[in-house]
Amino acid sequence: MSSRTLPLLFINLGGEMLYILAQRLRAQNTPADKAKKVMNDIITTMFNKKFLEELFKPQELYSKKALRTVFDRLAHASIMRLNQASMDKLYDLMTMAFKYQVLLCPRPKDILLVSFNHMDAIKDFVKDTPNILSQVDETYQQLVEMYTPLSSGEFQLIRQTLLIFFQDMHIRVSIFLKDKVQNSNGRFVLPTCGPVPHGTQVPGLIRLFSCTGEEVTRLQFNNGGNYTAALREGSFETFGDRVTKLGTNMYSVSRPVETHMSGTSKNSAQHTKINTAPNPLAKEELNLLAKLMGGLEIQKLGNADSGFRVNLFATDEEEEEALITRPDELSYGVINIQATKDQQANAELAKIMGEFTESGDQSPSASSKGDDLLAMMDGL
Amino acid sequence: MVMIFSSLRLTADHPLPFQQTAVFERELCKMYHKEKSIQIKNSASALYNNLSVLRIAPRRLTYFTVVHANVVNMVSASWDGLNYSHRQLQSKEPNVATSTSLIMQVAFCVLPSRDLLVVTSQKGIQIYESDGSIMVYWHALDTSDAPTAQAVFARGISAVWDNYICVGVSSGAILVFDVPSKGSNITLSEVLEEHKEPITDIASECSGSQECIADLVSADDGGNLCVWKSGKEFQLLNKIPGFDMSCSSVKLWKGIVVAGYGTGQIHLFEAVTGILHAEVNAHARWIYSLDIAPFSGLLLSAAEDSLVRVWHLTVTPETNSVEVAHLHNECVTDTQICGAKFCDGDGYAFAVTGYDLSEIIRYTQL
Repeated sequence: MSSRTLPLLFINLGGEMLYILAQRLRAQNTPADKAKKVMNDIITTMFNKKFLEELFKPQELYSKKALRTVFDRLAHASIMRLNQASMDKLYDLMTMAFKYQVLLCPRPKDILLVSFNHMDAIKDFVKDTPNILSQVDETYQQLVEMYTPLSSGEFQLIRQTLLIFFQDMHIRVSIFLKDKVQNSNGRFVLPTCGPVPHGTQVPGLIRLFSCTGEEVTRLQFNNGGNYTAALREGSFETFGDRVTKLGTNMYSVSRPVETHMSGTSKNSAQHTKINTAPNPLAKEELNLLAKLMGGLEIQKLGNADSGFRVNLFATDEEEEEALITRPDELSYGVINIQATKDQQANAELAKIMGEFTESGDQSPSASSKGDDLLAMMDGL
Repeated sequence: MVMIFSSLRLTADHPLPFQQTAVFERELCKMYHKEKSIQIKNSASALYNNLSVLRIAPRRLTYFTVVHANVVNMVSASWDGLNYSHRQLQSKEPNVATSTSLIMQVAFCVLPSRDLLVVTSQKGIQIYESDGSIMVYWHALDTSDAPTAQAVFARGISAVWDNYICVGVSSGAILVFDVPSKGSNITLSEVLEEHKEPITDIASECSGSQECIADLVSADDGGNLCVWKSGKEFQLLNKIPGFDMSCSSVKLWKGIVVAGYGTGQIHLFEAVTGILHAEVNAHARWIYSLDIAPFSGLLLSAAEDSLVRVWHLTVTPETNSVEVAHLHNECVTDTQICGAKFCDGDGYAFAVTGYDLSEIIRYTQL
């Protein structure tokens, strides 16, 4: 649908990822310098110039699988390591958080304010590092240029595209359940009270006019809710009060990060296979992956002191348990990228090809390397 | 059908501040009650007007269609509530094995000679027999002229007069198809180029027997409305400018255009003159669907705010007056509604769909 959705999806999911990692690094008492290095490395990778250029090009949304792979790679852009179960949980939290924000946005245009909230927080993470800061500032400019001229209808199309991406995801998030913004069936609470969106009137009034334009009658009706007038509008510039709290950091030391896996299988079993069919356009996804992997230095984990593992669960046992008991339909089918010293994009892609030649259906009519890879990936 | 409500009118001579008015309509009796829902195979996607209903009286059946990404879920429900059968249609270009194409809207088109099902997607327009059994026509959208950043899709579907089906496109164009009384020899008769923004919805009245001055209205993402008279060459009768806010759903009844907007407002205009007859602050969020029961003048509105509202419209051509009365609210808890339609011409029953919901919720009058 909208070809301008991907940058917003990436930046908001990336922002949530940083909130969660920052909280886990603190919870694990990671030394300050190591924690800072992890955050800086990930943010540098996220805002890599070539990568963002690719991202901001008008294109259809990537498949769930490809996007998950991008975030896997991003999470491993530093000396930090995550096991499969922790990575799964991280991704669940990121996606449910952004789904919540998209649903609760009063107006479709407010998704941009949510994105700015994430950007503001990222800027704060790197405020002491000028070279990364300038990358972040440039991205603000790109966001303003690309999105502020869009009409309300175009924003709604972006929102509808995002909602299709998040369709049928009902993973329960502990912090949402505690705050009563999510029900025990995984669905978000949509209140029928509070301020109406900017530009909307509180429902309840019927005005009838004569042919000459004079108001002749006013009628009131019961709106069935408890609404109040709209708040002031948030800032759509590179700085300013965004007004909305959606997209700000909801985690803190006292509010840990947990998910529930049970009870979600019923709904997730209805996942349709839209994103798993081979798609010629998904060659673009591979280009993005190649740029991400090829242009960046992969951290070597030779020295036991420099690399360390982050656990999204309270104990190692819990993490192992989570991996074993994760329902099949919730697996992301991620392509396992082994970190190697080889920095050439082609060589890495070739390695992936090599790793997966046993499995999957090879499309006999594929005419390019992209099609072969896709066919193999989809066979996983 | 008995409706009991009370309200006090405030005239323009004695306006009272909003806070002081203690006037509310009281529903002395609940007008509708919830029936058993129909389960569907997938959840509904967040798309405008995402529910279409076709009542087949001779077979005592009603068909419902709901869009989920690139799939149309069709359910056929018998009136005795005992039999349900399901069918799914995928949006696919014929002869192309792989294509991911999201569907924007699906609607039944009722013509005097036949009923058809129209599916509009990013790739083009498919027309099926009303039971979804056979595809009778395929029209591919031309993606070459669109600037790369612009989304290309078809959206907005209506049957008009005896033999036309009109479909809107993201460029603002409206494709007019000439439909024979049977067979697949459907042809593109005309392209109406008046709108400059993507079409959101199209509606008609007076198909077949009745004569109307205006029989078609189209709406776009800028809130602009065009009023047309159908024929071998369609005539543009009027253009009602928008206010930079998308009009997501539109209806035409007794020469009155009923338009629902992203601000949650509903406006009623006289189609041919553009005179604004009524303005309703109807919903707290974006309106996704409007429907009218033509025999009773009942209006149904549904929005992202979880509410479905039933109104009554009175149009008196002699005095050129239009009245709107609010009758009923239904709250579908924690659901952003994306489709709401009456199941019959009197508005005795209506059905509702919501984002992420795998059921069609039904309500009937008490």
